[in-house]
Amino acid sequence: MNRVEPTIHLVAPAARSAPAAPGAAELGALVRSDAVHHSVYSDPAIFELEMMRLFGRAWLLLGHESQVKAAGDWISTRAARESVIVARHTDGSIGAFFNRCTHRGTQLCHEARGNNKQFVCPYHGWIFGTDGALKQVPVAQGYGPDAGKQFAGLGLARLPRVALYRGFIFGSLAATGPALTDWLGPLASSIDDMVDRAPGGELQITGGVFKHAYDGNWKLMLENHLDGIHPNYVHASSVAASREAPDPGAPEKYADIAVRQMRQNGAPEAVWEATGMWTTDWGHGYMGDYHSDSRLVAGMNNPVFTDYRQRLEARAGKAESDRILGVTRWNSILYPNVSFMSQFRQLRIVHPLAVDRTVVYAYSFAMPQAPAQMLRDTIAFSNVVNGTASWVLTDDLEVYGRVQRGLAARQPEWVSIGRGAGGDVQEAGGSLRGASGTSEIFIRQQHQAWLRYMTAEGELA
Amino acid sequence: MSGTGGTGGTTGTTRTAPAPHAPRAADSHTLAEATHLLHLEAWLLDHNRLTEWLALYTPDATYWVPLEAGQADPLQTSSIIYDDHLLMTVRVQQYADARAHARRPATRTVHQVSNVLLLDAPRGAPRGAAPAATANASAAELLVSSALTVVEYRLERQRVWGACVEHRLRRTADGLRIATKRIDLVNSEAELDGITILF
Repeated sequence: MNRVEPTIHLVAPAARSAPAAPGAAELGALVRSDAVHHSVYSDPAIFELEMMRLFGRAWLLLGHESQVKAAGDWISTRAARESVIVARHTDGSIGAFFNRCTHRGTQLCHEARGNNKQFVCPYHGWIFGTDGALKQVPVAQGYGPDAGKQFAGLGLARLPRVALYRGFIFGSLAATGPALTDWLGPLASSIDDMVDRAPGGELQITGGVFKHAYDGNWKLMLENHLDGIHPNYVHASSVAASREAPDPGAPEKYADIAVRQMRQNGAPEAVWEATGMWTTDWGHGYMGDYHSDSRLVAGMNNPVFTDYRQRLEARAGKAESDRILGVTRWNSILYPNVSFMSQFRQLRIVHPLAVDRTVVYAYSFAMPQAPAQMLRDTIAFSNVVNGTASWVLTDDLEVYGRVQRGLAARQPEWVSIGRGAGGDVQEAGGSLRGASGTSEIFIRQQHQAWLRYMTAEGELA
Repeated sequence: MSGTGGTGGTTGTTRTAPAPHAPRAADSHTLAEATHLLHLEAWLLDHNRLTEWLALYTPDATYWVPLEAGQADPLQTSSIIYDDHLLMTVRVQQYADARAHARRPATRTVHQVSNVLLLDAPRGAPRGAAPAATANASAAELLVSSALTVVEYRLERQRVWGACVEHRLRRTADGLRIATKRIDLVNSEAELDGITILF
């Protein structure tokens, strides 16, 4: 292992001996309009503070309701670094609970998913309902005549807030803060794009989950997914190799999806410049106006796409279908733990593990009411873009590791995020648009949100 | 609620492990032939002779590293690798590119192949199906099971992989060639750093 144990050097040497968490002024000094201090990526003390103030207060995507369709269905995931169960109760409600027996702390579920009538602790046999209620304690008389009173309040601890937006299950470790829809703001339309594209609005997480890890800070992935400069450099080798392959033909084969996507990364700089880059409050953002269906699915005359379009029109009507398919967004980011894209129905949830260690869970969605082959294309796309051994992702992961090792050096102190600074355009609806598609506006906005979370005292506003 | 796996996951279809296939009594010559090819493949991979490695495969070959234990289908569920010959070629070409960042410096590997057995029916055959009317019913194809251990080293990090492997070998005018290879890593469902080796 080449894990570096970074020294704690928050701002100035004098701060190193201070046991208290850095104050707002110290944190504020770490983010400039066009630069960010390297310790934001490399200081374990800052990471710990992020878990409390940022991941501890933001809305975090926990999963999708298709994962917990039936009563008793549950999944396990993480909120910040903490293990969480999301379960569907018999009354249809969805709850999120800390994955921990309220008796002595044993983790209740240690698989990814399951279906249970109840959760039974393996240690002393305490039993909890799928609503988290404590239902049974063996040999309860050992607690004396007022056992029932003692057991009150010993149901599974709930995440303070859970809210759904069009099937996506969010949770927050904070009891107060902005409502989910306010927090999503204009980025709700990216979730709409994902859901609206599915005939009948029906999406189903399926097809396995990639869990790819890297020795780098969690921010590095979010700063990469809207970056239009990196593909021609990070992915140069897969662009070159895929250009040697035969052109995708008709009907489109599994391998064609991979070749097509690898080649897309080699688009000329002018194409990336012309891409739209939108950001909003709370660090969210998306890339638009670049990838259209015609570039991705072998043209609108592809018979599978034609069949899909007809099914969409049967449900939504012609005009609405045209509108839906006219949305040409690529990756969308919900800061700090989600990156997703609608054309191939990919979802990535970011789990920070340590200041220099992150794991990303990558999921695929099927559209049950769409032609079956579209799932094949989704799987092919997932393998080429999100696969642990993919031609594309492995070079991203490699670069994240190199960035992290570079940032461990104390000089230069600042990381440059100034590309396109000063050219941001305020748009109606609360979005801020980058001067061009390769503006680093989305990184600057992420760090503005970082500051807001990290320095706010009390309730977020 | 017992079992393995990390946190998070999908609600997919119920997993059904493929029916096990009985090893068959092998004549020593056939077994030696198959073993030799598997050893040769390992040697070519360990010596970074990937063009020659690719030449061991038939033009219609598939190379499959499933994502899920007992995965039945490569087109409905993601795979760590699911390559046809075209994609294998792209992979080999990328490895040779000086800008393949995750492959520079190249990972050094040792592939150890053992427990070589000839099997009676291809994996994925319907449960209970008579082990006959498929691949090796014709002497032109052999189904070979093996155990694989790979030690990899790159940039101060060493990893060890274990896998159950099945090769379908075909007799061609050029000699015995690999028509399909399936590598079931014991930790395919784990949280994994990027993989830039071939198994």
